[in-house]
Amino acid sequence: MPNIGVSISLLVIFGGLAWLLIRSISGREVDRRIIFVFIFVAVAAPLLFPITFQEKATSIVRDLFDRIEELPEGSHVLISFDFDPAMAPEVQPMANAISRHCLDKGHRVIFMSLWATGQSLMTTTLTNVILPEFPEKVDGRDYVNIGFKAGNEGVLNVIVSDFKKMFPTNVNGVPLDSMEIFEGIESCADLDFIVALGGGRPGPKEWVLFVGDPADVPIGVGVAAVVAPQLYPYYPQQVIGILGGIKGAAEYESELTHRRERFADMETPGLHMMGPQTLAHLVIMSFIIIGNIAFFRKKRSGSDSR
Amino acid sequence: MEHVALWVAAFLTLGIISFLYKDNPWYKLCEAIFVGISAGYWFIVLFWDNIVGKFWVGVFPPKELNDVGELVNSVEPDYWLIVGAVLGVLMLMRLIPNIGWISRWPLAFIIGCTSGLYLINYFSSNMMRQVQGTIMPLLGMNYELSTYDIIGNIIIVIGTFTGLIYFYFSKEHKGWFGRAAKVGIWTIMITFGASFGYTVMSRMSLLIGRVDFLFGDWLGLIN
Repeated sequence: MPNIGVSISLLVIFGGLAWLLIRSISGREVDRRIIFVFIFVAVAAPLLFPITFQEKATSIVRDLFDRIEELPEGSHVLISFDFDPAMAPEVQPMANAISRHCLDKGHRVIFMSLWATGQSLMTTTLTNVILPEFPEKVDGRDYVNIGFKAGNEGVLNVIVSDFKKMFPTNVNGVPLDSMEIFEGIESCADLDFIVALGGGRPGPKEWVLFVGDPADVPIGVGVAAVVAPQLYPYYPQQVIGILGGIKGAAEYESELTHRRERFADMETPGLHMMGPQTLAHLVIMSFIIIGNIAFFRKKRSGSDSR
Repeated sequence: MEHVALWVAAFLTLGIISFLYKDNPWYKLCEAIFVGISAGYWFIVLFWDNIVGKFWVGVFPPKELNDVGELVNSVEPDYWLIVGAVLGVLMLMRLIPNIGWISRWPLAFIIGCTSGLYLINYFSSNMMRQVQGTIMPLLGMNYELSTYDIIGNIIIVIGTFTGLIYFYFSKEHKGWFGRAAKVGIWTIMITFGASFGYTVMSRMSLLIGRVDFLFGDWLGLIN
């Protein structure tokens, strides 16, 4: 049944594009709303009739995966949720996959946020992923949620030298000093790895500038695609690896499902979203080609008539 | 309650999407709700986190009983926070036209502090380490790089130099210099193209998220 659905959807989309091409070549205007309909169908069809693609992790994603994989058990990993619901479709799948990976490897994970909206998304990961999938893990020993703190780069500037000055307690008001997970952790310099997830300011770039470079702590980043190009210059010297947009999330999920048996059947929202992404990109590329064909034909017929 | 939330979310999502057809009252309503809720949300978050959580608790820390049963401050009060509070109040002077100029003082303080904070980190991370990352042995420190990486390094060197040449306007872009500038503009355009591609992917992810919500959570058509 899904295959029939996919075939019909593809027929509608590419039949429509052919109609658009003929219409453009004949010099008739195309209403912008028709383009929106095409994009909507290209996104909706693979969601209703799932198309899945095999993703192979690129080196920039694999480097991040390998770093978490190679850290010795019990390493302290900080994951910062610096994003909002607008970025969540891209960044939340990364957050879930990386959290799973870290806890499965036996690392001690500290969750925090520099964005007020990040706190509720962090709670989503804790409620939907960590509590049901890792019931054996203990809050305060294996992981901790220290919540959101206002102050943007100011927060980073303090925690780089004194963690507990900015975060004296966890999100429930329990002093960090009383927690096993914080034994031996005075500042960010004592952490083994930091994963900064986000796409705005403050975000991964500020983590590199204010913590990664000054304290010489390895940083991996997961960002919304729109800011990924800004992070590439930091790779590989200043950031270990980059997950760029939903493609990065899908590659990480693919790596996790293939290399860690426990997660072979886990939910993979990133991979699930790559079907609509691919089809929508094909449609957009078709629009660019059709637009250019129409443009050059019009230009040529204009010069012929002169 | 969850059903009501789902229907409200679907109503608002469709309302915002309806703008694609044309501007309409439904869209305007959803936009106004979004702006109002955002403003209210941020006001509450910043009030409780900054004014109460930082200033009030910092200056008037909660009391606790000591060993001899006396009520004492749980931590030492931080009176420096009053300076920040005064600067915050001065910022509000902008609302009184006659003395609105006073709001420039806290603004100057913020800009000065931010510049100072960023200057060193930017210079170190965004300049020195970037230059260090660009000037690298083409074949690797111990000639260990693969052909793929070597080609990548050569592209970085050519792209960086020709890109800089394009922005050098003291010499006319003619001859070999002009050709190098042309390579530079191509490099820049390819970078912009890649950046645009990522932007499209990001926006598509948002749309996919919403369509997934409408068909999955709301209508239950996706398993």
